[in-house]
Amino acid sequence: MNSPILEMKNITKEFPGVKALNNVSFRVAEDEIHCLVGENGAGKSTLMKVLSGVYPHGSYTGDIVFGGDVQRFRGISDSEKAGIAIIYQELALVPEMTVYENIFLGHEIRNGLMVDWNETIKRAGEVLKKVRLNVTPSVKVKDLGVGKQQLVEIAKALSRDVKLLILDEPTSALNVDDSENLLSLLRELKNHGVTCVLISHKLKEVIEIADSVTVLRDGQTICTLDAHKGEVSEHALIKHMVGREIDNIYPKRERKQIGDPVLEVRSWNAYNPALGRTILKDINFNIRKGEIVGFAGLMGSGRTELALSLFGNPDGYRLDGEMIVEGRKKHFKHPQDAIKAGVAYVTEDRKGDGLILIQDVKQNITLANLSKISSRGVVNSNAEVQVANEYKATLNIKTPSIEQKVANLSGGNQQKVSVAKWLFVQPDILILDEPTRGIDVGAKYEIYTIMTRLVEQGMSIIMISSELPEVLGMSDRVYVVSSGKITGELPIKEATQEKIMQLATD
Amino acid sequence: MSFIKNAQKILQENIREYGMFIALFVIMAFFTWRTEGLFISSRNISNLLNQTGYIAVLAVGMTLVIVIRCIDLSVGFLAGFLGAVAAIALVFWGLPVYVVIPLVLALGIVAGLLTAFLVAQMGIPSFVASLAGWLIYRGAIQLVTAGTGTIIIPDEAFNAIGNGFIPDIFPAEAGPLPGVHKLTLILGLLGIIVFIVNEINGRRKKQAYNFEVLPMDMFILKLVFVSALVGGIIWVLAGYQGLSWTAVVVLIVVLVYDFITSQTVLGRHIYAIGGNPEAAELSGISVKRLTYVVFGSMGMLSALSGILFASRLQSATTTAGTLFELDAIAAAFVGGVSAAGGVGKIMGSLIGALVMLSLTSGMNLMGIDISLQYLVRGAVLAAAVIFDVATRRRGK
Ligand SMILES: Nc1ncnc2c1ncn2[C@@H]1O[C@H](COP(=O)(O)OP(=O)(O)OP(=O)(O)O)[C@@H](O)[C@H]1O
Ligand SMILES: [Mg+2]
Repeated sequence: MNSPILEMKNITKEFPGVKALNNVSFRVAEDEIHCLVGENGAGKSTLMKVLSGVYPHGSYTGDIVFGGDVQRFRGISDSEKAGIAIIYQELALVPEMTVYENIFLGHEIRNGLMVDWNETIKRAGEVLKKVRLNVTPSVKVKDLGVGKQQLVEIAKALSRDVKLLILDEPTSALNVDDSENLLSLLRELKNHGVTCVLISHKLKEVIEIADSVTVLRDGQTICTLDAHKGEVSEHALIKHMVGREIDNIYPKRERKQIGDPVLEVRSWNAYNPALGRTILKDINFNIRKGEIVGFAGLMGSGRTELALSLFGNPDGYRLDGEMIVEGRKKHFKHPQDAIKAGVAYVTEDRKGDGLILIQDVKQNITLANLSKISSRGVVNSNAEVQVANEYKATLNIKTPSIEQKVANLSGGNQQKVSVAKWLFVQPDILILDEPTRGIDVGAKYEIYTIMTRLVEQGMSIIMISSELPEVLGMSDRVYVVSSGKITGELPIKEATQEKIMQLATD
Repeated sequence: MSFIKNAQKILQENIREYGMFIALFVIMAFFTWRTEGLFISSRNISNLLNQTGYIAVLAVGMTLVIVIRCIDLSVGFLAGFLGAVAAIALVFWGLPVYVVIPLVLALGIVAGLLTAFLVAQMGIPSFVASLAGWLIYRGAIQLVTAGTGTIIIPDEAFNAIGNGFIPDIFPAEAGPLPGVHKLTLILGLLGIIVFIVNEINGRRKKQAYNFEVLPMDMFILKLVFVSALVGGIIWVLAGYQGLSWTAVVVLIVVLVYDFITSQTVLGRHIYAIGGNPEAAELSGISVKRLTYVVFGSMGMLSALSGILFASRLQSATTTAGTLFELDAIAAAFVGGVSAAGGVGKIMGSLIGALVMLSLTSGMNLMGIDISLQYLVRGAVLAAAVIFDVATRRRGK
C-alpha cells in the first residue's frame, strides 16, 4: 500500500439530537480509488463535508492529516488551496453561465484587473480534453445533459490542480453509458496522480473500480477492505453495511391477481411551448389493476414528461389524445384533479420539486393529503403526528424526530419521506419516478417490499427507472421509451437487458 | 446557579424565537429610563398602540405576501385611497357606518384580487404589479380629494374606531379599584389564563409524543415572563382609559390570522408554496388560487388600515398612507419573516411593528431630530435582519 495522502483520525461530529459521526477514522492511500459506502444516514456525506471544510475546524473533534500536515480548514476555500475538490450529491454549476465561465468561476484568470477571456477559453478547452468532454466551451451549462454537467464539474476541479477528488454519488443521476464513461475517467485520473474518494450506493460499480473500500454504519467505521486482496464482494459489502445478510434483492411476489385496465392512454401527444417542440409522440399504453409496469429508457427519453403530462400537466404542455381512468375519460387540469382521481406521482427530483426542505418531516408527509387529517379546514395535529410516526416506522426513516427539518436528513432518507408523502395519499395508481435513486440496498429492499404489498392490495404502479436490473426485477411488463416515443412493450418473461437497451437507443 | 445556566442555554438555543420579545422589552426599558417614565405612562402606551394599529394590520397581511415569495408595494396608498373613499361615503353620500365599513373592506378585496390577477394570471412579478398599483392609488387619492382637499369626518361612531375605548362594566370611580378600567383588567386576566392553559396543554401533548419540551423551570420562567409583560401592559392601559377599539381590532386580526396560519389547511398550503412552489403545485395545491387568497386578504387589510387611519385623524387627507407599505415591510422583516419565502410568523410581525413604532414614539419623546430617527430605524432594521440571518445559519 502506498503512503497515506489523507488520514482522518477519531472524527466526531454532532448535530442537535444526532451523532452523525462517532469516532470515525478514515485513511486514503496515495493514487488509489477509495470508495466510501454505507446505509442512508451512515454519515458519508457528513464525513466528506468535514474533510472539505464545509463544517469548519472546531465544529467537530478529531484530526485531519492531509499531505503529511495536520489541517485546520476554516472553509471550502482552505481545503481547495490544499488540493481537495469535492463534487456534491447535487451539482453546483450555474446553469445560465457558459462552460468556461463555470470552470473558472471563483478563480478567474486575470490580466490586470480584467478577466482574460481568451486565455480562459483556451485553458477550458484543455481541461475539457482531459475529461474527454467534447463540447464547445462557450455553450451554456443548462443546455448540457446531466452526464456532461458532471464532467464539467470534474473539469472545474481539475482546473485548479487537485490532489484529492471527492465525488458524492456522482452516478446516481447518470445513465449506464455516462456512468461507464465517468468511471473510466476516474481510472485515468488515478494514473495521472489524482487520488479519488467515491461515495456510491451502486455496489457493482464499487466492485468494479475500487482499490479499497471503507464501510460506515451509524456514524462509525466498520472496516476498510482491500480489493487487491480480494476482500471486496457484493456479499461482503452488504453484510458490513447492513450488519446482517440479505439474500434477495427483490422480494418474492405472486403475480396472479392482475385485473382490468385502470389506466389507458391513447394517441397521446404533448408539445412543450417553452422548448417549442413536440416532446411526446403517439404514446399508447395501459396499466392493469395490481400490476407493476416498468418504463425503461435513457435519461431524458421523455418518461418524466410523460408522467407530468398525465399528472395534471403542471408545466402547461399542449396535450392531445385520450386518457381513460377506471373506464372513464379524464382530463386533469391540475395535479389536484389527478390526486382526487386516485393518481399519485413521486417526483424524480426530490429536492427540486418533491419536498419542502425548510419544513419538517411530518409536514412533508401529510402535505398532499391534509384534508384527511383535518376537519372543517383545521388540521388535527394529533392525527398528523400519528400518521407521520407510522410512516417513519414502516419506511424506516432515519431521523431523530418527525419534527426534524427535511433539509437535515441524509439524501436517501429524504427520498423515503418523499415516498411516504405519496403513500399517504393512498392512490389507486402510483407513479414512481426513479424511486430508489440514492437509496441504500437495505432501504431499496424495503421500498420494493412496500411496492409488492401495495400491488397485492390492488394498487397499480408505474415505475420509471433507468436501473435495468430494477426494471427487470420488479416489473410485470416493461415499456421502453426513446425520444418521446414508446418503442416497445415487453412482457417480463421476454425482457432482457440487451433487448431493452436496443429499444431504448432506437 | 444551574437555573441561570439552564436559562442561558435555552435562550441561546431559541434566541430566534425569543429575540424579538427581548428586543422589544429592552427598547421599552431604555426609553422608560431616558424619558424618566414618560414612555411607559398610560397615556403614551395607549397612544403607541393606536399608532401601531394601522401598520400592524398591514404587517400581518404583508407577512403572508412575503411568505409566498411576493411583495405588495401598493398597500400604503391603497389604504389612503380607501380611507378617502370611506370619508366620501360617510360625508357626501351620507351612508351609515355599518354600510361604509363592509363596503370599503370589499373594495379592498377587489383591489387585492386585481393585483393577484396581474401576478397569478399574467405572470407579472409582484414587485412590478404592485408598483403599478402604488402609482395608480396615489393618483386616485389625489383625484378624489382634488375638489375638497382634506375631508373632515364628523361621524362619531366612525371616529371612535381610532380614538375610542371600550366601555367599562362598572362606573370608573365605583368598586374596589377606583380610576382603573375594570373590563380591561378582566379581559387581560382572561387572556393570560387562556394563554397559560394553552401552553400547559401544548406541553403535555408534546410530552405524550416524546417531543422535546422546555425543562419545567424554564417553562415556568417563560410563562411568568410573558404573563408579566402582557399583565404589565394591561395594567398600564387600565390605569388610563382601558383598551382602545383599535387595539381590539388589531388583536382580533392577529388572533384570526395566527390561527389560520398555524392550525388550518389553508395556512399549511400557503407556507408550502413559500417553501417550494413546484413541490406545492405537484402536491395538488393551486398556487394561482392561493395567490388570489393572499393578495385578497392583503387588500382587505389595507382597507382596514385605511379605515383605522382615517378614523384616527378624523379626516381623509391627500397624503394619507404615504410610506405605510415600507413600514409594514420593515415590521415584517424585523419580526423574522424571511425574504426567501416560506418562513415568518404573524406574532413576529406584530412584535416587529411594535418595535418599530416604539422606536419612533420613544425618540419623539426624547426630542430626537427626525433625520436621526430615520438613521436609527434603518440601523435597527438592518440589525434585526442580520441577527435573523445569522441565527438561521447557525441553526443549520
Ligand atoms: N445539517 C444537519 N443537521 C442535522 N442532522 C444532520 C445534518 N446533516 C446530516 N444530518 C444527520 O446526520 C446523519 C448522517 O447524514 P449524512 O448526510 O452524512 O448521511 P449519508 O451517509 O451521506 O446518507 P445518504 O446515503 O442517504 O446520502 C443523518 O442521520 C442525518 O440526518
Ligand atoms: Mg449523502
